[in-house]
Amino acid sequence: MTEVRVAGVGLTEFGEEPSRTGRDLFGAASTEAFADADVPRADIESVRYGNFMGELSERQGHQGPLMAEAAGVRAPSTRYESACASSGAALRSAVKDIRNNEEDVILVGGAERMTNLGTAGATEALAIAADELWEVRSGMTFPGAYALMAKAYFDEYGGDRTDLAHVAVKNHDHAMGNEHAQYQRRIDVSDVLEAPPVSEPLGLYDSCPISDGASALVLVSDEYAEENGVDAPVAITGTGQGGDDMALQDRKYLARTPASNRAAEEAYADAGIGPDDVDFAEVHDCFTIAEVLALESLGFYEVGEGIGAARRGETTAEGDVPVNLSGGLKAKGHPVGATGTSQVAEITELLRGDHVNSDAVADAEVGLAHNAGGTVASCLVHVMEVVA
Amino acid sequence: MSDESSHSAGTGVRDDGYDDLLDAVEDGSGYYLECANGHGSVPPRRVCPDCGTDDLTETPLPESGEIETYTVTHVATPSFSEDTPYVTAIARFGAVRVTGQIRNIDPDNVEEGLPVELTTARSEAGTERFLGFRPR
Repeated sequence: MTEVRVAGVGLTEFGEEPSRTGRDLFGAASTEAFADADVPRADIESVRYGNFMGELSERQGHQGPLMAEAAGVRAPSTRYESACASSGAALRSAVKDIRNNEEDVILVGGAERMTNLGTAGATEALAIAADELWEVRSGMTFPGAYALMAKAYFDEYGGDRTDLAHVAVKNHDHAMGNEHAQYQRRIDVSDVLEAPPVSEPLGLYDSCPISDGASALVLVSDEYAEENGVDAPVAITGTGQGGDDMALQDRKYLARTPASNRAAEEAYADAGIGPDDVDFAEVHDCFTIAEVLALESLGFYEVGEGIGAARRGETTAEGDVPVNLSGGLKAKGHPVGATGTSQVAEITELLRGDHVNSDAVADAEVGLAHNAGGTVASCLVHVMEVVA
Repeated sequence: MSDESSHSAGTGVRDDGYDDLLDAVEDGSGYYLECANGHGSVPPRRVCPDCGTDDLTETPLPESGEIETYTVTHVATPSFSEDTPYVTAIARFGAVRVTGQIRNIDPDNVEEGLPVELTTARSEAGTERFLGFRPR
């Protein structure tokens, strides 16, 4: 089967840049990806672009062709929307079409402009990832939804806010020196516990920031890489997707994320590996509890045991399986449409050895990206390996 | 994003199924949809989300439910900016769970397992009607 290689990656700095347009953000990230890939723009056969709230933040629908233009690419372009998993979904479509020999060279990425909306406006925009009738109308915000899951987790399996605080502290530690990260500043457990509440039991430091940013990848087939002398040592060897009921109320368990289990199982089978083979992971920690739920669904921990992973030091840079060496959504930032392909860009650099945290995973051969939408009603998992 | 009717559905037009259920709750006759295979769900639905059957029957909800999880929200959307802090909860009523707010209560008095009955509520801004819970 044709292998999908990551030829180049590009990221803007994630942060507060309210006046930058989505097209400017994606133009910058894609330019960096082309420079990194050394692949001509003219060889791109299609663009797959993830974006969630463009209608609300920029009054802009139909962003596919706009973003191809911003990237300087004359190729057909489609926008993918799957809430915070939008660019993960775009990525999966690209991986499949390269494997199917439909195309050999694809630009995939995403962007989100959010901070121009302000905190209340961005909170409202993010809420539309939930069920409008049954959740949003009752005042359930996005942090509120994860707070409901966190409270259910504590009641069902134990754990407390201090356990969650260690997730935030770890991810802030990891972001130190990552030039793309929104926060490059250490915090301690008391900072998290004493921060203002957002939606109890979650506080400000349990939550990812509101961010502007973009990410882009140039993907090529292994045949194209060989014929054109493209240096692309990292491959996407597994892809998986899972789904669940939209509203929390309709799910069997309030503190489990079976869409992630399904996506992971499919991606592992596709790559011919299991969870024990994963050397490190980037997981969707939009809130501290979300990282815990991801660790359990990915098979790194049994249900009810992921809560103490960061506190025990097992997921830190020095731990057995480092998680979110980029800083994660929590500290690196979460421009939602950019996040899925941003994780893949970070893993590519970590595996290539040119990431600020590469030394933490010097011998690593397998990385995993976990990208979730809404309260994990959508989930994409990708397995990445060093193959050349 | 900041206009007063900023709720995305703030058109004033009814949502069939959803508003029908809220009307029934106000009449003290709340119901859920029970499929031929015994699965429960809430409207609007054409088919059972579990098995796809279109044989759905409006079946009375139990009068009493209980809180399964809840959160006290301090950072709200513009529609609920005058309501903070407020309690959003998920409660089980027999075969289904529903999401709503417990209003007019000290958040410290909410706990898992609290028995509640259904009502409807509006935000301080009053733009939207939604499901509420009242301690029994």
